[in-house]
Amino acid sequence: MTAHAHAAHLETSTGLDNRKVAIWTFIGSECMFFATLISNYLVNKGRSLVGPFPHEPWTSPTGQHFEPIFEIPLVTLGTALLLFSSLFVVLALSGAQRGDRKALIGWLAATIACGLFFVGMQVYEFTHFVHEGLGFTTNLFGSSFYTLTGFHGTHVTIGVLWLATVWKDALRGKLPPHKSLNLEMAALYWHFVDVVWIIIFPVVYLIK
Amino acid sequence: MATRVLDQHQAHVAHGEKTGLWSWITTVDHKRIGILYGATAFFFFLLGGIEALLLRIQLGTAENTFLSPETYNQLFTMHGTTMIFLAIMPLSAMFFNFMIPLLIGARDVAFPRLNAFSYWVFLLGGLFLNASFLFGAAPDAGWFGYANLTSKQYSPGLNVDFWMLGLQILGLASMAAALNFFVTIVNLRAPGMNLMRMPMFVWMSFITQVLLLLAFPVITVALILLMYDRFFGTHFFVPSGGGDPLLWQHLFWIFGHPEVYILILPAFGIVSEVLPVFSRKPLFGYAAMVFSGVFIAFLGFGVWSHHMFSTGLGPLADTFFALTTMLIAIPTGVKIFNWIGTMWGGSLQFRTPMLFAIGFIAMFIIGGLSGVMHSSPPADLQQTDTYFVVAHFHYVLFGGSIFGLTAGAYYWWPKMFGRMLNERLGKLHFWLMLAGFNLTFFPMHFVGLNGMPRRVYTYPKGLGFELLNQVETAGAFLLGVSFLVFLVNIFLTWRKPRNAPADPWNGATLEWSIPSPPPEFNFAEIPTVHGRDALWELKRERGGTLPEPARVSGVGIHMPNPSYWPLVTAVGILAFFVFLMLLGHTGIWPVVASFGLVLLGVFKWAYEPAG
Amino acid sequence: MESHVSTQGHAHPTASLYFKVGLVLFVLTALEVGLYEITYGEHTGALGPTIKPFFVPLLLLLSAAKFALVGMFYMHLKQDSKLFSGVFVFPLIIAAFIIVALMVLHAYTFAFARSG
Repeated sequence: MTAHAHAAHLETSTGLDNRKVAIWTFIGSECMFFATLISNYLVNKGRSLVGPFPHEPWTSPTGQHFEPIFEIPLVTLGTALLLFSSLFVVLALSGAQRGDRKALIGWLAATIACGLFFVGMQVYEFTHFVHEGLGFTTNLFGSSFYTLTGFHGTHVTIGVLWLATVWKDALRGKLPPHKSLNLEMAALYWHFVDVVWIIIFPVVYLIK
Repeated sequence: MATRVLDQHQAHVAHGEKTGLWSWITTVDHKRIGILYGATAFFFFLLGGIEALLLRIQLGTAENTFLSPETYNQLFTMHGTTMIFLAIMPLSAMFFNFMIPLLIGARDVAFPRLNAFSYWVFLLGGLFLNASFLFGAAPDAGWFGYANLTSKQYSPGLNVDFWMLGLQILGLASMAAALNFFVTIVNLRAPGMNLMRMPMFVWMSFITQVLLLLAFPVITVALILLMYDRFFGTHFFVPSGGGDPLLWQHLFWIFGHPEVYILILPAFGIVSEVLPVFSRKPLFGYAAMVFSGVFIAFLGFGVWSHHMFSTGLGPLADTFFALTTMLIAIPTGVKIFNWIGTMWGGSLQFRTPMLFAIGFIAMFIIGGLSGVMHSSPPADLQQTDTYFVVAHFHYVLFGGSIFGLTAGAYYWWPKMFGRMLNERLGKLHFWLMLAGFNLTFFPMHFVGLNGMPRRVYTYPKGLGFELLNQVETAGAFLLGVSFLVFLVNIFLTWRKPRNAPADPWNGATLEWSIPSPPPEFNFAEIPTVHGRDALWELKRERGGTLPEPARVSGVGIHMPNPSYWPLVTAVGILAFFVFLMLLGHTGIWPVVASFGLVLLGVFKWAYEPAG
Repeated sequence: MESHVSTQGHAHPTASLYFKVGLVLFVLTALEVGLYEITYGEHTGALGPTIKPFFVPLLLLLSAAKFALVGMFYMHLKQDSKLFSGVFVFPLIIAAFIIVALMVLHAYTFAFARSG
């Protein structure tokens, strides 16, 4: 039987911690942010005047040929990594709440590693696309794609930074069970970032 | 716990309430932050008023050359932007800040440093926006910045950049504050104050915070897309690159329509506080008021294209949005009847706050009627882009929001500053403002229907617009005089001793149970609430009145420490946007460094002992 | 009597549950990609066009399932206070409406303008 982190009786009107209410409220607000970015992508879908295109080949008026630009295997790997990172962070949180420092530090490190990998994959993908002729201003598809996935990637990066800060605290023994909310907040943000990608992956990459 | 009874001076000293500039710069006290918001917002309001007077001078004569077209465009853009983002919203924020904790029986907001941060970002954003005047490049594409007028091609100067980035800064302030007040209202209510026992101002403010949190992200994205078009050469709103200028209008108004409810709901709340007190009767139909507010907020996200009836959306879209717009008139109507129902049979006290509240109802009804006329697409085709619309929104924004906020000012002034505003000057202010306001804006219905277009710097002679425009201009100056009266009142009141009673109006809500102005910790003991109109409830239990609360020392009550990290973070944000604007000149590294400063501020803030 | 109120519910999910959810998420993702390959792959013969009309709804269903799983189990919405679910779901509803409305408006205007 492991000892649980029983939060102190909170004197708030709901009995819930202010900061946990705050992070969820922030996440709710961010839903609208990403909804607008996704709307922009969908509204511009199929409206590009020139290629390269996501799923179709294209030959420019000057005779230059472009293959469909998306590479599904790579993105699928990134998607899987992000999903696993959500698993890892919730295992880390469970460790934090139980006072299991090893679990906390280990699983959190795995989460951060997955996050870094995902960002790395995106950087590679962007660089590759630019090399293949899809710049930020090349066409509406490029602009919308880079904007949407770029902002998502920025959110992932901020999440990695946040988790790394919490990890640093954990290493220094400054994340006892009664402070596990610090990790829980970062984890909720991280899950949200994952959940946004759960939408982006099919909508952008899989739907033609 | 609080023990010794003190006089005012002793109370200040005993609790270490500091004076001086540094104490204001590092303050995390919601009352001080409220006053900062109010003073800053009032300054910007006067600025916006001067901008309006300049516009009215220009329009007072046909084919006038007082202002060039370019200057006119800058002034009307800044007038709108200032009044909305730098006046009405922060004036509402003044009341959110000062009053919400008091109304719910709390000692402060949920996140005091985030509160300070919101203010500083607002101040810096307002200064950034107005700094544009120093460069002769004030925003000039309207407060709504339609594409593709705002594209680099058609607006090559800095004007639109100032507007675009300035709004982003202000948006951050609004969202941070909204998050704070949302959590505060959810979590910091006094024991016994369940949601259906909250004062109506708290309810309306709560709904406003939800709207802020959901609407601002949309304009944030829209402004980002515009920035990409202008700075990096994307074509989101540029037709030649496949983009759609109409997309801007959609995104803007998806934000913009909830924004107008953000502008009016706090005033709804204030009026719902004032009317019961000065009618000596509880608010009529409390539950209906709550649900109509929630319904307005929800439906407010489904009406936006009524701003776009002339853009060729097609009959299906037009019909959908016409129906939702007509529908949203219903909950608004419910509120109006409930306000009247509150007064009906009450013992009416026509003090200054009450006059402004009643004025609000009358003016808002007029504004609502013209609004409902807009909801019909064929009718709107005549009204849109004319002064008829200008009349409508000034009736709801000035006749509505400003009258409501002014009622709040007179009502809560004693609580905030410990002095009562002069009643005779207050009444003079009211009548001059009512007269000036109607003289200015009522004729606009007529010139509008007769074809005078809006957003144009002049009009030709001989079209019959001259007389009414002169009347409007005279009215505007009368409005200005009414504000002079208010300023005189404020000044004279400032010199009075700080001895207002805790409860000058026989109030129904908790803020009147503590001294005027309140001690830093607000309540010596957090009250327990047993019903709506908690203070009337309490007075009934104690035989009708409560004794004047003593000033106590507050020893043992721990309040959060002051901090300068919110200001540092805010400065970092300003720097970020300034260097973003200067990207072409100073490159990426100052932008990165500014972001670094933001991160530093945030980390220091997070790890600082909050106390 | 325990009267504590905490940041998490009483039914603490076990690591085993987390792993199971993770596995399901992986499988759902594999299904998504599999569906894509079947519909648009060159070597699936007649199966591709048969599935095509159902492709988008199925895909959205799969991603909605993943969304719900992460929300309910990893973000603990299932056992936590309903306030959090409310604060998350309400914006989602508005967000979904906005996305659909913008798509419909643009498709309609696009088609309308074309035909007009």
